[in-house]
Amino acid sequence: MERNVDRTTYARRALKDLGESIYNQLQSNRFPEVAIPSRQTNNIYYDPKLEQYVLGSRRVLRSADNVKHVKPLAQLLWVARIGKELIDYDRVSTLRDLFYMSKNIDINFATQQESDEAVYDLEALLSMPRESFNIFPHDRGAIFGDLTVRYRVKGFKDSLINLTDNPDGVNIGPALDNAELVKTSADKVIAIEKGAIFIQMIREKVHEKFNAILIDTTGQASRSARLLIRRLNEELGLPVYILTDCDVWGAHISMVIISGSVNSAHITGLNTPSAKWLGFWPTDINRYKVPTMKMKELDWKRLAELKADPRYKEKFWKEQLDAFERLGLKAELEAFSSKNKSVSQTFLVETYIPQKLKELGAI
Amino acid sequence: MSEQFQELNVADFFYKNKDLVGFDSPHKATYMIVRELVENSLDACDGHKILPDVRVTLYRVEGAGAQERYHVKIVDNGIGVPLEAVPYAFGKVLFGSKYSMRQNRGTFGLGGKMSLLYGQITANSRVLITTSQGGSKVYTFELSTDIRTNTPIIYRREEADNKSHFRGVKIEFDFEGDYGKARDKIIEYFYESAMILPYAQLTFIDPNGTLLFYPRITETMPNPPLETLPHPHGVDLEMLKRMIATNPHTSLLVFLSKNFQRVGERTAKAFLRSNGFDPHAEVSELNTKQLTKLVTALREYSEFLPPDPSCLSPIGEDLLTEGIKRLLSPDHVVVTTRPPRAYEGNPFIVEVGIAYGGAIAPPDKPGKVQLFRFANKIPLLYDEYSDVAMSVIQGINWNQYKVKLDEAPIAFITHVCSTKVPYKTAGKEYVAARPEVERELDLAIKQAARELRVKLSRMEKAAYRERRTEVLKKYLSMMASFSTFLAEKEKEPDISALLMEGGPKRKRIKLKAVEVDPPGGEASEEDVRPASAGSPAGKNREKKSKSKSEGDSGGKKRR
Repeated sequence: MERNVDRTTYARRALKDLGESIYNQLQSNRFPEVAIPSRQTNNIYYDPKLEQYVLGSRRVLRSADNVKHVKPLAQLLWVARIGKELIDYDRVSTLRDLFYMSKNIDINFATQQESDEAVYDLEALLSMPRESFNIFPHDRGAIFGDLTVRYRVKGFKDSLINLTDNPDGVNIGPALDNAELVKTSADKVIAIEKGAIFIQMIREKVHEKFNAILIDTTGQASRSARLLIRRLNEELGLPVYILTDCDVWGAHISMVIISGSVNSAHITGLNTPSAKWLGFWPTDINRYKVPTMKMKELDWKRLAELKADPRYKEKFWKEQLDAFERLGLKAELEAFSSKNKSVSQTFLVETYIPQKLKELGAI
Repeated sequence: MSEQFQELNVADFFYKNKDLVGFDSPHKATYMIVRELVENSLDACDGHKILPDVRVTLYRVEGAGAQERYHVKIVDNGIGVPLEAVPYAFGKVLFGSKYSMRQNRGTFGLGGKMSLLYGQITANSRVLITTSQGGSKVYTFELSTDIRTNTPIIYRREEADNKSHFRGVKIEFDFEGDYGKARDKIIEYFYESAMILPYAQLTFIDPNGTLLFYPRITETMPNPPLETLPHPHGVDLEMLKRMIATNPHTSLLVFLSKNFQRVGERTAKAFLRSNGFDPHAEVSELNTKQLTKLVTALREYSEFLPPDPSCLSPIGEDLLTEGIKRLLSPDHVVVTTRPPRAYEGNPFIVEVGIAYGGAIAPPDKPGKVQLFRFANKIPLLYDEYSDVAMSVIQGINWNQYKVKLDEAPIAFITHVCSTKVPYKTAGKEYVAARPEVERELDLAIKQAARELRVKLSRMEKAAYRERRTEVLKKYLSMMASFSTFLAEKEKEPDISALLMEGGPKRKRIKLKAVEVDPPGGEASEEDVRPASAGSPAGKNREKKSKSKSEGDSGGKKRR
């Protein structure tokens, strides 16, 4: 993606291409058809070059000549049509909202799953995330730091906003997602799994101490958050570090930011391959001697799943998973508080983060 | 029309063994009485090419002891009974018109007589007979049977002018029975009779005053069975003895060539020679040992021609179809009539119908089969799961015919007609599994099932075409509208040609396209197909064009 080009421009162009393709086929008395990249699991591969999951070359032909395909094809085009309207009128919608909108017209989505599928198909066909045509997930996550943005949403155009203005951080929503990133003094991004730690770090002025933009992912990062992290990395050239609890879930939160999820294998541009897991690593447990917990059955099950994922075969990640397996322990970020000298001087900010950043060559 | 009347004497025997002929309880007897009387009446009609009109009324007689007492009245429009034969026909067991080689409902006219006898035994009832053969007089008799001597007792005999041009028989008597328990079977009996006899008018008024009326829906009747001589494979010792008794002074050669069907002098000679009999021996001179040897030889000799089926009267495919349609209201009916075959010298014909869809309900539990069985035009209502037809149906692999037997709205109708239906019991309740009959049923049902499969798949295809047109119309219009919006065009594309192609007119368009050579410009259409996201992968395009060329030569031309 080019720097600072309105994402909707691409989307509008792609939707128009699709419309013209169908229009021309109909005009020349042919049953219209589209070939959609297959989202079946047997067509999902890990691409080590892109460092994310991608779809293979298999495509599914949707042709109106096949009576079984006629409806899904019409549904796909309906989603495209709504997408164009959303862009044209600068409105946003959600998957749920879209399903309800479909009740307006006799397009017959039996369940929301069906309309969701049509959206995924359109994402795969245009190879762009649905955020591009203004269908958004529910907002999750916040951002704080010295970053000036210019919104593109009608009515907010041309207003410059600095993201240090709000002490609780700014919600990562559709508007921010597509805003122009104007300037920043920060030289890195630190994404944090937990909202409480994020707030705590704002109060401790971590953004100033480490010259960083802070992002709260509230657990598994939402697509908007992942998209924004990627843009900060790609457009502003900021390296990204991820801070999570010391458990298999935290490891995977980092992994999804770095190399995407299987569910979004049909879209590129949501991951940040150069991002790094800052901590809390299992190999740090013995080093920092903080309180730990035993891994539960669910943790072990998840560990086994992750071990089967090709991305975890890489040396660093394999070491981390092996450490979990060897120790059978997990720990939370809050565990560092057991070593705090005082409430205002936390071990996490004073000691752990700088040590880890240094080790990763960030400072 | 000459009827042969012969005497046999076993009234006492049947009185003592009434369960053998199905009179084993009051409700069963009620059902049997109605059924036997109706069957005698029907034989008196359709055996003589008269469109049957049979009316039965059953009254409850008040204040008559512990057992319920009923009065039955049946009137038919059959040929009637000659005056001199009335006392014997109704007052003597096993005296009847049916002892000949042709298809009849009853074998010996035993059941009808048994009904009268049952009334006499349980209700001490005399029987009132009114009959006319359509002449100027009507005769009325009041009779009973002397069970010990098996002779008729006549109480009253009247003669009147036939002012109303009555022809037929009216029979009335009392009996002790149980209509409450017999009701369902009797109603089922009339219902199924109406299916197999679309040319009959059947009326039944039950003791509660309920009227059951099946009007005649066709004037077409099957040809009545012709009387034929017995086939040599079908004789037994008793029968041979009786035949000899009527022709005592003839040579064996003449006896054989005159008294058996499909046996002429040449065949008789060859038979006698190969079995070592003297062709000139007088038949009355043969002793029991020789007769036994003769019977065995007659049954086993393989050179006789197969039995003559002209003594049979199948319903025929048209009538069977009408009867089935009338009562089951299905979407589809297929019927099959097999060619005549024989078992042990008895010719038989199997007819089968399969009704599907419409008002027919799928089975309410797995393993249940809706089967309507008939033998010589009689509905068989008991023991259906013992019947050979049921085992044949259950033995067929229905997957081959695209039918799920446990779920399909399907009903089977089987009709076996024969000079001697191989019943398992004297009560005429189910057909035994004779290999010859079983084989014919199997072939007939399979043949009908094949036809059904063709019909069903034809219907499926038509439904598919209809659905396709409907779906195309709806969604192609949407696609036209959406794509116009997306492409930011002014005018929607014209999809009317596509809708025609998708519909039934697709073929016609193809022909037109072949006749008129399209301009060269069309050839490049495939090339100008936009290479955007809408363009198919090469492999799929290949496949698509191939399927297109089958129904649309335009696609072929473009390539």
